[in-house]
Amino acid sequence: MRALAVLALALAACPAAAQQVPPQIVDDTIPRSLTGRPGDAARGRAIVANRSVGLCLLCHSGPIAEERFQGDLAPSLAGAGSRWSEGQLRLRIVDGSRLNADTIMPAYYRTGGLQRVARNFEGKTILSAEQVEDVVAYLVTLKD
Amino acid sequence: MSRRLLVVGLGLVFAASYATAQVGADKRRSGYQDMGEALQKMQDDDTANPGMLFVQLGGQLWSKQTGVADKSCADCHGAAAASMKGVATRYPAIPQGGDRPVDLEGRINLCRTEHQRADRLPPENRELLALTAYVAHQSRDMPIAPPYDHRLDAFRQQGAEIYRRRQGQLNLSCAICHDDNAGKKLAGVVIPEAHPTGYPIYRLEWQALGSLKRRLRNCLAGIRAEAWPLDASEYVAVELFLMDRAKGLKLETPAIRP
Ligand code: HEC
Ligand code: HEC
Repeated sequence: MRALAVLALALAACPAAAQQVPPQIVDDTIPRSLTGRPGDAARGRAIVANRSVGLCLLCHSGPIAEERFQGDLAPSLAGAGSRWSEGQLRLRIVDGSRLNADTIMPAYYRTGGLQRVARNFEGKTILSAEQVEDVVAYLVTLKD
Repeated sequence: MSRRLLVVGLGLVFAASYATAQVGADKRRSGYQDMGEALQKMQDDDTANPGMLFVQLGGQLWSKQTGVADKSCADCHGAAAASMKGVATRYPAIPQGGDRPVDLEGRINLCRTEHQRADRLPPENRELLALTAYVAHQSRDMPIAPPYDHRLDAFRQQGAEIYRRRQGQLNLSCAICHDDNAGKKLAGVVIPEAHPTGYPIYRLEWQALGSLKRRLRNCLAGIRAEAWPLDASEYVAVELFLMDRAKGLKLETPAIRP
């Protein structure tokens, strides 16, 4: 592996995630699966489409025709898999603020640095490691 | 043309273009302008606006004796059309002898406990909402006019800080949505500029009249942030900030919102 700065993300224990590999950032990517296994693209699509699980379509639009209400606060997810590598997509989902400190996109796999989190979400990541992998597996399939 | 006339003429032209620029510079929009035409019509037509039923109920409560003192609001204030005109445009405010601001509902509850010697009405109570709507309705179409009271500055500043601070599991601030992304679509919904122009509002999603506090709690829940307790001063601080930000916009109570 590269001799570049390899940063371990400070993550609080997430009960939902049977986490085997701590996410490591290399350049602008997290090269390795958070679970050590590949995700499931079909499950990932369902997560992205779900307004209360992935929440992605609140801000993004994407090639998910059956969801009529999509957001326009963020670029379309169409073509994300041709613009970004799997590792780049993973870092964007885990913690996009590593790439753009001012991003409004929530960090889906981070619990630190948050203020006044509602009690029932306290200490929990938005998605589990497995769900992050499913979403990444789906995004990779979004070629233009 | 004489030199003097020219100078006066130019002055007028500048004054006029300055005024136009001022008008042109104000691009603030009430949530009303972001609703569909059908809902705007429903709000404008008193016979179709469900909020007006609460205003009517409030009118009845206004002249109903209550509490140990057995006094009605009307016994002290007379006709609301005169005594309550403009009042809602300058709330929250610091009550006489007090040292911290109360919102309109808080003011109504002060009258209940101090003058009527009745119990406080709890937040989102139907009678409290009706009385608030009735009082605020007396200011319909009047511009929001926060009071000049320097004791309010620190509270307003606290509201501004809450508005700009990221919070919740989604790590968003009010400003991210309502300043930076107002007019864009969050899922299918146009993000309004968050002007407190119409409260209490009849919200179709609630099928009921609700307070600004209830609306703020919805936004907090949306970003998965811990809501403050119902009697917390934070809501008053945010309202002070929002009213200042909406200064000059017209009150619409009772507004309809989707
Ligand atoms: C609150 C808003 C918000 C939510 C929710 C959100 N995003 Fe984003 N996302 C953004 C913004 C804004 C950008 C643009 C880059 C930036 O600001 O970092 C972005 C960028 C991206 C990118 C890179 C896009 C490109 O082609 O440049 C991907 C991929 C992405 N998001 C996927 C997702 C997925 C998948 C989810 C849900 C699991 C999600 N986003 C949820 C706001 C959001
Ligand atoms: C993720 C985006 C988002 C955030 C963050 C957010 N809001 Fe909202 N807000 C909305 C949307 C969307 C609506 C209106 C649509 C709806 O929900 O019906 C709304 C409505 C409102 C309204 C009602 C405006 C009207 O016309 O009646 C107010 C006031 C308001 N928000 C204030 C706030 C405050 C204060 C905060 C922070 C504590 C906040 N919002 C945080 C998205 C947001």
